[in-house]
Amino acid sequence: MAAAGTLLRGLPLVPSVVLLVAFLAGPILYCIYSAFTDMALTGSSSTEFVGFDNFVRAFTSPAFGQSVVYTVIFTVVSAIIGQNVLGMLLALLMRSGAKVVRALVSAIVIGAWVLPEVVAGYLWVAFLGPDGSLNGWLIGLGLPTQNWLFTTPILAVSLANIWRGTAFSMLVYSAALSEVPKEIEEAAVVDGAGPWRKLVSVTLPMLRRTIATNLMLITLQTLSVFGLIWTMTKGGPSDRSMTLPIYAYQQAFQFSDLGYGTALALVLLLIGGVFSVVYLRALRLEENP
Amino acid sequence: MTATDLPSRPRAAKAPAAPTTARPHRRWVGRSVVNAVLLVIAAGYVVPLLWVLLAAFNGTAGLGVDWPAPWTLDNFRAVLDEDTTYRPMWNGLVLCGSATIITMVCSVLAAYPLSRYRSRFKRPFLLTVLFSTGLPITAIMVPVYGLFVQLNLIDTTSGTILFMATTALPIAIWLAKNFMDAVPIELEEAAWTDGASPMKALRHVVLPLMWPGLAVVALYTFIGLWGNFFVPFILLLSNDQLPASVSIYTFFSQYGQVVYGELAAYSLLYSLPAVLLYLLLSRRLGGAFTFGGAVKG
Repeated sequence: MAAAGTLLRGLPLVPSVVLLVAFLAGPILYCIYSAFTDMALTGSSSTEFVGFDNFVRAFTSPAFGQSVVYTVIFTVVSAIIGQNVLGMLLALLMRSGAKVVRALVSAIVIGAWVLPEVVAGYLWVAFLGPDGSLNGWLIGLGLPTQNWLFTTPILAVSLANIWRGTAFSMLVYSAALSEVPKEIEEAAVVDGAGPWRKLVSVTLPMLRRTIATNLMLITLQTLSVFGLIWTMTKGGPSDRSMTLPIYAYQQAFQFSDLGYGTALALVLLLIGGVFSVVYLRALRLEENP
Repeated sequence: MTATDLPSRPRAAKAPAAPTTARPHRRWVGRSVVNAVLLVIAAGYVVPLLWVLLAAFNGTAGLGVDWPAPWTLDNFRAVLDEDTTYRPMWNGLVLCGSATIITMVCSVLAAYPLSRYRSRFKRPFLLTVLFSTGLPITAIMVPVYGLFVQLNLIDTTSGTILFMATTALPIAIWLAKNFMDAVPIELEEAAWTDGASPMKALRHVVLPLMWPGLAVVALYTFIGLWGNFFVPFILLLSNDQLPASVSIYTFFSQYGQVVYGELAAYSLLYSLPAVLLYLLLSRRLGGAFTFGGAVKG
């Protein structure tokens, strides 16, 4: 009877599980399989099992190491620092901003978010490029101009990703802040806490779980950003903004080296896994103090 | 808990002034600073957007930010036809709308046992869900293409809807579960005592309370899918089924030379449904924060 009860309780999970197994787990298993083969897109008749060759090739290739470094820079700068801090700042400020300002700011920030990646990419190319607005202002200020996409490509795409992705953190934090009981914050004010003290000692600690969850989600999203970087730099110039998704795509679809490309995608999954474990450990420590 | 005696202040008046010694001018200064900072951030956000706004109305638009010369609606006129705008937009709405509905139903159902019951399968399941949120979809599109050919789902809207819903599911489940965790279980226990089934409690007690959270999940799902280019590009073949996210690429590839003015006009039209959806939801959200009362009650 108990077993039947447990099964019944799990019933609402079924639709999700069916979809996830059919359309994600299946293809992923196939992906894992092909990472250990020399499978090619060109449809050559024989696909050989090559063991760990693809991974050995990756870990001995300078291009791979470089792309891992760029992936981590991109993720830390644009997600963990940029989107997270700016999103929290916006959510906090919005609580005490005037209604008109709140509406205006959220419309603009979310407007940047809902623009398709391709368009966002082109906006930033237009902004940072040699004839772009930024250089126009620099000329106006009498400062030297440069092609920002050429001199600092990884910072350029990071900036674009902060611009585009902050709305997510802002929405999550706004929803979480709306659930913080007013009484507790007001009690802190009565006890003489200033705004900064109230934020650090009362509000932020109550949002710990939301912050951890949000950090994880934006980290994973940012790790696999493709369209934005592809539109802006295609990984260049000379691979200086080549993050892992771009590198994997290039190997699999442009060089038709499907086996190697999927091996790279697996490494990307692994990096996401490492971040996830760190985050889950933090949450677990929280649950059992 | 002296705080409970305080009259609840309106949301906007969260200024750092002690209630015992009211200092209105200081509160006013604090709010002005907040508004000023918000406006500065907004200005930083607007600058890159200026291009799309100005170029859309510019008869001679390039990649630079120029004042429109001449001001014109020609760019909109050029793209507002069946093939360029109306059909791809409708296709996109059907694809992303249906996928969002499927995702929301599945994720809310899945979140309920994950949030409410203890099971030794729960943790591994959540871990798996979490890992799949970071999955680079570009990496699995080749096997998915193969699968769709095998199942005869290639170039079908329904198959693409199912796959799009699945790609959005992991994050939706994760978010929905977290928002559901924030709803106190005591309320449901009361409903159970009154004889309500878990599903009934979910519908009548939990969902109304987690409405702001659900709105975030739905919004996020829809917008993510609305901007998704790669999935429909691979899974849909015939032109008349392609959504706006794919057809936007015709501006870049078809003639080699990009017509920037028309691209900008189209981008604005393309963003409209997502922006409207957000405005609609946020208006509703304004009056839906009932958590405080529910916890006390």
